[in-house]
Amino acid sequence: MMLLAVLSGFLLAFAVPALRRMAGQRIGWLLALLPASLTVYFASLIPSISDGQTLLLKNQWMPGLGISLDFMVDGLSLVFALLISGIGTFILIYAGSYLKGHRDLGRFYVIMLSFMASMLGLVLSDNLIAFFVFWELTSITSYMLIGFNHEDEEARKCALQGLFITAGGGLVLMAGLILLGFITGSYSFTEILASDLRIHEHGFYTAATVCILIGAFTKSAQVPFHFWLPNAMAAPTPVSAYLHSATMVKAGIYLMARLNPSMGGDALWSSSLMLFGAATMLTGAYLAFSSTDIKKVLAYSTVMALGTLTMLIGVGTELAITAFICFLLAHSLYKGSLFMLAGALDHETGTKDITKMGGLRQSMPLTAAITCLAALSLAGLPPLFGFVAKELMLDSLLKAPLWSTGLLVMAVASAILVVAVAGLVAIKPFFGEVRRTPKQPHEAPFAMLVGPAVLSLLALIFGVVPFVPASVVLDAAVSNVYGSSVQTALALWHGVNVPLMLSGASLLIGSLLFYKWGRLQPNLYAINTAGSRVGPEAGYFRFMLGITQVADWQTRLLQNGVLGIYLLILVLVTFGLTGYTLLTRHGFELDFDFSDGYFYEFGIALLLVASTLFACATKSRLGSVASVGVTGFGVALTFIHFSAPDLGITQLLVETLTVILLVLVLFKLPSFVNLSSPWERYRDLAVAVFAGIVMTQLILAAMDIRFFDSISSYYIENSSELAYGKNIVNVILVDFRQLDTLGEIFVLGLAAIGVYSMIKLRAEDQKRP
Amino acid sequence: MRSSSLILNTAALAIVPLQLMFSVFLLLRGHDEPGGGFIGGLVAASAFVLYAFSFGARSTLRLLRVSPRDILAAGLLFALASTIPALLSGQPLLTAHWWQFPLPGETYLKLSTVLIFDIGVYLTVLGTLMTFVISLMEVRE
Repeated sequence: MMLLAVLSGFLLAFAVPALRRMAGQRIGWLLALLPASLTVYFASLIPSISDGQTLLLKNQWMPGLGISLDFMVDGLSLVFALLISGIGTFILIYAGSYLKGHRDLGRFYVIMLSFMASMLGLVLSDNLIAFFVFWELTSITSYMLIGFNHEDEEARKCALQGLFITAGGGLVLMAGLILLGFITGSYSFTEILASDLRIHEHGFYTAATVCILIGAFTKSAQVPFHFWLPNAMAAPTPVSAYLHSATMVKAGIYLMARLNPSMGGDALWSSSLMLFGAATMLTGAYLAFSSTDIKKVLAYSTVMALGTLTMLIGVGTELAITAFICFLLAHSLYKGSLFMLAGALDHETGTKDITKMGGLRQSMPLTAAITCLAALSLAGLPPLFGFVAKELMLDSLLKAPLWSTGLLVMAVASAILVVAVAGLVAIKPFFGEVRRTPKQPHEAPFAMLVGPAVLSLLALIFGVVPFVPASVVLDAAVSNVYGSSVQTALALWHGVNVPLMLSGASLLIGSLLFYKWGRLQPNLYAINTAGSRVGPEAGYFRFMLGITQVADWQTRLLQNGVLGIYLLILVLVTFGLTGYTLLTRHGFELDFDFSDGYFYEFGIALLLVASTLFACATKSRLGSVASVGVTGFGVALTFIHFSAPDLGITQLLVETLTVILLVLVLFKLPSFVNLSSPWERYRDLAVAVFAGIVMTQLILAAMDIRFFDSISSYYIENSSELAYGKNIVNVILVDFRQLDTLGEIFVLGLAAIGVYSMIKLRAEDQKRP
Repeated sequence: MRSSSLILNTAALAIVPLQLMFSVFLLLRGHDEPGGGFIGGLVAASAFVLYAFSFGARSTLRLLRVSPRDILAAGLLFALASTIPALLSGQPLLTAHWWQFPLPGETYLKLSTVLIFDIGVYLTVLGTLMTFVISLMEVRE
């Protein structure tokens, strides 16, 4: 059942093209049935986990490699699963209206459903490797969704940037997960969490922590990797609302929360989380305040939220973890909602620039009302759930065991900025004087408002009665992250205390900042532009440029198009390495024993040597080809002489056909000119002689040394019994080692296609004037 | 390119069919005696190359009836098809299957997936070489 629940998104994605033809414009509503029913299914699991239990559902995947599709359901993963499926429902409905009539709507839904399935797999996987597979799947689907408008160069660039950062971090994460599996001896989250192993004392602990944190930081857009997230706003708004605020960017947060009971409690873990989290929080809040594009404002405030979440895990007290879970839920609710509303604004007015919007509440009253509700939660005002979360955060920072004052100052500073940002999002576009927008504004359609409305109302309800979601699922989630059972006592009103006063102060200063925004913003923008030249994004571009330069340099060095050089390098490397190994392991052999040779064997050998020498010395191409052919026939003679008729026949035929092919090619070549200098010729001679000596020594050594019994006796004994054939060569080719042959004939086929296209394409090029 | 030598043309007409028959003979007897799909394919290819040298690439294509690349593809398909019986019966991939049919007299007709595979090798080799030769010759024409 769980397997089906997770993978159903992939299955439905296959059906999208057919459904689109059937359902037409209503496809959004139709597809939303899947996440809606998934939400119901996950909700039905609540009773069994709310008392702190963990459900484990085992499925085999690759048992030989210890990789399974086991799913674990506990408070933490269930909160995420509910968010993914619940918000996903509204996003699918919303997208149907937002991208109405878009030519690639089908493709959009295919990727979107695949993403949803991957994300569910990510938060529910118990196996580290399966978790990683889903992790990368979300990176790839995110890439395809950011670059959804693939004809736009900017969108492609941003998509690639997001992919490089998240997938690059993913590679580091894989190393970290493998190290973790190595330390704990298990690739299962539940087993790692249940074991009382002292991970911190293991020699690999630091390496594993650093790797896992880099993976989580890149995915969750922590400083200094934060720049990809605002650029990901090139995606259509439903994508930004879903992937880049509510779900995917929280994958890194999920991983840190998941591993916190095992890896947390250590100075490295908590200090780096607090440091990077707080830095990200403040950077995000500041950049959000200084942007004018409404989607960028929201994106930077998402960066702020992600930083806050990371910091709270780092603080790690019971109170901080409670604040973490509440903030997570509150943020997903209001940010998903705000993004959808921003998309509605963009859709109806034709601009994303908030300086160009104003007084829209007359034409879009419903949108305005819902935006205000969601923005209240963003600003952390009562009676919304955002207020509960913010109070808890401030309270937990007050009581933080380490760096309490510093973190608190940064948190209050970013709270001030966020209040101003909330004003930018809710007040700036809807109130004040009416401004002319590129499109005549209308109220957004129902499908685009239902999602934000429900999410904002949920934020309101959870704010008024915070103990309800807490007792249902949040307590269990807090316990999972904290590592032992926690009973939270969430309430809207805690009386007049320090956090409340800090909130009040930040509200006041934030309002003032918002009031002055029109004058402050251009200056801040100028500072940001100047600063971006040395920022992490500039570093990213320099890095990418460096990669292409290195590639350029090594291509010119190693693949310069001169066939002779290629051969020279190949031969030198191969025979240099073999010769070195041979010399050190076996030694040089000089005593040749010719006593048991017959005179005709010497004849064959003489023929071989003579024809080879002639092939090298002659100035006629045809003569050279013919004498190489003679060499081949000599080899065939050798085969036949040592009773390998099959090889002999094959060699003869191949030799004949090779000569024919070479002759055909020869007619195309320009006449023979001596291009190489004497020095080059002696160099080539030296290399050839060297290769010949090494090869001779190798063969002599191979006849001397027998590390193990030859396998040919097995073939001789079993050929007719097991494979019903008496010709051992053929039996080996088509039965014992059939897989090799299968591979070889495919190589043959590829070679034929390569030659064909090379000749044909050239021929057609030449026909053109 | 086509040869103007009367001797070569006449000889080719006589030799090519014999050589083709010989290639099939080599293919079929390959499991017990020297021969097999690879050698058979080479012999067949050299038969067609002989024909091509005498009568030109275009008439060789007419004689073949199908493009060499299709022969090549058919060969690969044959080789892949030979793996299916093992798959269907749940054995490891490429496990050989044999079917023996009694014939009048003391003989048996031995059919097997191995033979199908060998036919695949034969066709692949033939198709590859003919692709090489025909496209090289066409450039010259």
